[in-house]
Amino acid sequence: MADLYTVNKSPFEKNSLEAVIRFSTEGAAILMLEDGVYGATKGTVVESMITGAENKKFYALGSDLKARGIAEDRVIDGVELVDYAGFVDLVEANEKVQAWL
Amino acid sequence: MSEVKNFMYLNRRAPYGTIYAWESLEVVLIGAAFDQKVSLMFVDDGVYQLVKGSDTSTSDMKNFMPTYRTLGDYGVRHMYVDQASLAARGLTADDLIQVEWEDWETEEEIDNIVEVVDADSVAKLMSESDVVFSF
Amino acid sequence: MPIEVDGKSLETDEEGYLANINEWVPGVAGVMAKEDELELTDEHWDIINFLREYYEEYQIAPAVRVLTKAVGKKMGKDKGNSKYLYGLFPYGPGKQACRYAGLPKPTGCV
Repeated sequence: MADLYTVNKSPFEKNSLEAVIRFSTEGAAILMLEDGVYGATKGTVVESMITGAENKKFYALGSDLKARGIAEDRVIDGVELVDYAGFVDLVEANEKVQAWL
Repeated sequence: MSEVKNFMYLNRRAPYGTIYAWESLEVVLIGAAFDQKVSLMFVDDGVYQLVKGSDTSTSDMKNFMPTYRTLGDYGVRHMYVDQASLAARGLTADDLIQVEWEDWETEEEIDNIVEVVDADSVAKLMSESDVVFSF
Repeated sequence: MPIEVDGKSLETDEEGYLANINEWVPGVAGVMAKEDELELTDEHWDIINFLREYYEEYQIAPAVRVLTKAVGKKMGKDKGNSKYLYGLFPYGPGKQACRYAGLPKPTGCV
C-alpha cells in the first residue's frame, strides 16, 4: 500500500506538484484539489510533469475544476476525476494521507 | 476635487485558493464611486480569474467569477490580459469572459473591454498608470 | 433576528438582511415592507425583480448608481433617477430594495 498525496497549490505559483512527483513513492496516488487542479489541465507549460511521471496515479477533484471553469475535456488524459465520495475512497484505499501545501 | 488619476489594479492570483482575487474585486467595486480612470491587468495565475464557465454549485464557495462581467458598469474601462500568461496555461482569448462597456451619457458602446496584450504592452501600461494596486 | 414568512422562520443578520438568499420567497418583501409601513406596488416589484435578476446574473447586489443607470436603461429615463427610486424606497433603493429582494447589502454601501 502506498500513500495518498494531496496538492492544493497552483503549479505556476509553487512547486508543490513537482516536489510531490519527485518525492512520492512508487504507486502513489496524487490528488489535485483547490488551486492544485490547474496542474491537471492540458496544454500548459507544466503538463509534462504529469504526462512524464511513471508509476504514479493522478486524480483531480471535479468540483474544484468546475468552480474554476475548467471543462472535463481540458483535463490531461489519464488523470481521473473524483468527487468528495471518491476523495474519501482514496483516503481509505491508501495507507495514509500526506498533504503537500 | 482632486484631478482624475489612472488607477491600475494588478491581479496575479487564481480566483478561489486565496482571498486576493476577491479582495481586489471588492476594492474595484467600492472604488467605482470615486470616478477615477480604472484599468485592470491580469497576469500569471490572475488570468484564471477571467476564465468563463465557472460553476460552484458542487462546491461550498461563493461564485464571484460572474461578477467580473459587470465591471463595465462600475467604471472599469480596460481589462488587459497578458498573452504569455495565457499561453503558458494552455488558454486563449476564447476561454475568457467578455465584458461590455457603455457610456450612459453618450451611449457609446464597446462589446468587450477584455483585451489580450503582449509583455511590452503590459510594462508600458503599468508604467503609464498613476497608481498601481497589486493583488 | 428571524422573521416570520408564510409560517416559516427565516434568519436575518443584524441589519435585517436575509441570512440565506436561497430562502427568499415573495412574502419576504411583504413582511419587511409591512414592518417599514410601506405598501408594495407594481412599481416596487419592478425594482425588486430587477435586483433579483441582476444578482442572478452577476452574483452581487449593485451599487446604487449602477442600479439607477441600469433601471434607466431597462425601464426608461423617467425611472432611472434617484428621485424616482428614493420615492419608492425612502430608506435608500440600494439598502431597502436589496433587503426586500433577499440580497446582501450592496458592496461599498455603508
